[in-house]
Amino acid sequence: MGHRDCPLVLFLRKVVESMGIVRTAKLVYEYIRKDENDKVTEISRAVDGVDMDIREGEFVAVLGRNGSGKSTIAKHLNALLQPTGGTVWIREMDTRDEDLIWDIRQTAGMVFQNPDNQIISSVVEEDVGFGPENMGIPSEEIWKRVDESLQAVGMAAYRKRSPNRLSGGQKQRVAIAGVMAMRPRCIVLDEPTAMLDPVGRREVIKTVRELNRKEGITVILITHYMEETVDADRILVVDAGKVKMEGTPKEVFSQVERLRELHLGVPQVTELAYELRKEGLPLPEGILTIQELVDELCRLK
Amino acid sequence: MLKEMTLGQYYPVDSFLHGLDPRTKLASTMLYIISLFLANDFRGYLLAFLFLILCVKASNVPAKYILKGMKPILFLMMLTVVLNLFLTGGEPVLFRWYFIRITAPGARLAVFMALRLIFLITGSSLMTYTTTPTALTDGMEKGLGFLRVFRVPVHEIAMMMSIALRFIPILAEEADKIQKAQMARGANFEEGGVIARAKAMVPILVPLFISAFRRATDLAMAMEARCYHGGEGRTKMFPLKYHRCDYIAYAFVFLYMAIIIVLCFVK
Amino acid sequence: MPIEMKQVNFLYQAGTPMEVHVLTDVNLKIEKGEFIGIIGHTGSGKSTLIQHLNGLLRASSGQVLMDGEDIFADGYDRRKLRGRVGLVFQYPEHQLFETDVLTDVCFGPKNQGFSKEEAEKKARAALDMVGLPESFYQRSPFELSGGQKRRVAIAGVLAMEPDYLILDEPTAGLDPGGRDEILGVLKDLHKKQGIAVILVSHSMEDVAQTVERIIVVQNGHIAYDAPPREVFRHYKELESYGLSAPQVTYIAHALREKGIPVDPDVTTVEEAKQSILHALSGKGGSVC
Repeated sequence: MGHRDCPLVLFLRKVVESMGIVRTAKLVYEYIRKDENDKVTEISRAVDGVDMDIREGEFVAVLGRNGSGKSTIAKHLNALLQPTGGTVWIREMDTRDEDLIWDIRQTAGMVFQNPDNQIISSVVEEDVGFGPENMGIPSEEIWKRVDESLQAVGMAAYRKRSPNRLSGGQKQRVAIAGVMAMRPRCIVLDEPTAMLDPVGRREVIKTVRELNRKEGITVILITHYMEETVDADRILVVDAGKVKMEGTPKEVFSQVERLRELHLGVPQVTELAYELRKEGLPLPEGILTIQELVDELCRLK
Repeated sequence: MLKEMTLGQYYPVDSFLHGLDPRTKLASTMLYIISLFLANDFRGYLLAFLFLILCVKASNVPAKYILKGMKPILFLMMLTVVLNLFLTGGEPVLFRWYFIRITAPGARLAVFMALRLIFLITGSSLMTYTTTPTALTDGMEKGLGFLRVFRVPVHEIAMMMSIALRFIPILAEEADKIQKAQMARGANFEEGGVIARAKAMVPILVPLFISAFRRATDLAMAMEARCYHGGEGRTKMFPLKYHRCDYIAYAFVFLYMAIIIVLCFVK
Repeated sequence: MPIEMKQVNFLYQAGTPMEVHVLTDVNLKIEKGEFIGIIGHTGSGKSTLIQHLNGLLRASSGQVLMDGEDIFADGYDRRKLRGRVGLVFQYPEHQLFETDVLTDVCFGPKNQGFSKEEAEKKARAALDMVGLPESFYQRSPFELSGGQKRRVAIAGVLAMEPDYLILDEPTAGLDPGGRDEILGVLKDLHKKQGIAVILVSHSMEDVAQTVERIIVVQNGHIAYDAPPREVFRHYKELESYGLSAPQVTYIAHALREKGIPVDPDVTTVEEAKQSILHALSGKGGSVC
């Protein structure tokens, strides 16, 4: 029996595979301000002991007010920032290992807030090819990937256009295609809808959800729009650099008061159901959709 | 306004020129510019003009679009014409009125300078109209790659150029918005002397610079996140290869250059 | 003392092949002290419309009248007009440029010709109105949070003491807490200072709970101009414009389809709550 088939090795491999694609342990990040003489004047803790474990194929939303540290966490998942304490693993690769940095960035792709500031090329398809070019992929293979990625985000018809002529939602989908062309297993979206109008916002969220469902891509969506998190498998609520709440959308949205304290809100349906409950109507907690509320109210009639 | 500037923006159609290798276009443009400085009489300029018309035809870019793109440089052109017209001495004097005089060599020079400028700008913008910035920078990178021996960072320069081309329209639009935001606060950009006007620019320039720096930081991060690490080990979507049409184009350009040189020496 | 738009048309790049008709025959009257919401999808012409109200854009045809005077007439002082009709653009980053908050807010009044002392007095009053405490005055505007920057930007226009205040998406990009704070500031300005507030927004929920009158811009036309309850009654048309109604309006309609007689015109959570309680208590049969 070769050691490859040894039960212990098989078992260990299984363990590794079952472990999350993105994990953090006691992640800490401190911004250090220095004056002209290099003397430290201020240390602020943007991330304060975050533990996360995200499984392959999950759709996780990270919610938090402006300045809660959620974007700082996101930048760690792509090795754009190195933790000042604790560890981040992307598929068991420690982000502090400089030899693995390109593997990490190919595994966990990143989409940023401002669509204009992440599109490098003046033609859509060339921009989508930028990542694969950097990875040294042969030309024919790049074209294949560009085709597939543009197809996946529904932007194939715009491939020859200039990004400047696209709407915000379309630009953001191009940015997502640019990440998809690197064939990542996980996409981290850092407030991708903050600068978009409602139509663009819906476009982007729909695209992301489809990638998660059809292609099985792990999605980590960072946002402060509650409506966008309703379909997530899991929500992490971050405040002052810590994970304050965690659970399914139902579990999280049932705590209306708590969310308000954290400068967050809930969708109007959830708020209305909550208010009606307070008035004594026997409604269940954490109603998320119009349909649910209507069905429950009809039962009371 | 600035954002309506079309000069040099890629014009997306299919044509003979669009299909050429960017290196061919770069080299041809350079040769054409040289030819403009070699041409020194009517025949030379006529030939340069014909060659240009041929190229415009082969580019499928509407002449109207090209002419519209010239608007921003109209002032520069007028200035050149006026300076040459009035400040060139010589004989015979065609026109005299107080201290103003126009001489025949002056008029000739003014006309030629204007033509030279128009041809030069049309010629070089024809290159950018028909070549995407990426292809252009690819062409530069490969065509000028030999400069690396002299420690010229060719890849970096090419990348910088392509990013600049992408962001110029964005920043121009932003400048427009900032100007309006400050006008809404009563800022005055129309009156006052030179100094007052220069001072009035501060409320536009500060937000614009801050925004540009912010964009630069964001962009650098986005490029890093997409595995950008310089030119090393990078592959290309469009690996550059000369085709038949490139050899045809070169043949044409060399023929044109040969005639220009002959005209230059044979009076 | 109203602002009026009469048969205003605006053509972008007029006379070129790329001419676009951005505004078509817009008629509009805004009285002092009103609280108005302007909604419309991106590219509907709403930004163009508001820039006519303070003379930043010039109508291709038609008139804009301020207290009966044509603002595009020769000799009309449009810079002075901009002090009376304040316009705050979407991104505060587009207007903040001074080294500290107080000086930045002084920019407007100084342009109006006030002395340094007077300008500072007005700036302090404006910063007070937006609820920014004195501890911020000497800080750099670039170090502030998104919500604080917005307030400084609003103060920068308020310091000119306008009668009308137009805001282009003042809550875009803010979290719900920050959004509520800004909306609170606007409500106060309207109620306590009597300023007419014109709020351009993408959020139907925000508009429904703050304004008294909604103007819907679609394709350069004014499609609706009515109180929120009436406008959101046309939620199907709004959807065809790429807009929507507040979630509670949809709930009310869905409930009515199921035979629960709630008021179909509810636009806020509070109204919906009352109406549902009323209907379920069995007394709501007459609401229809």
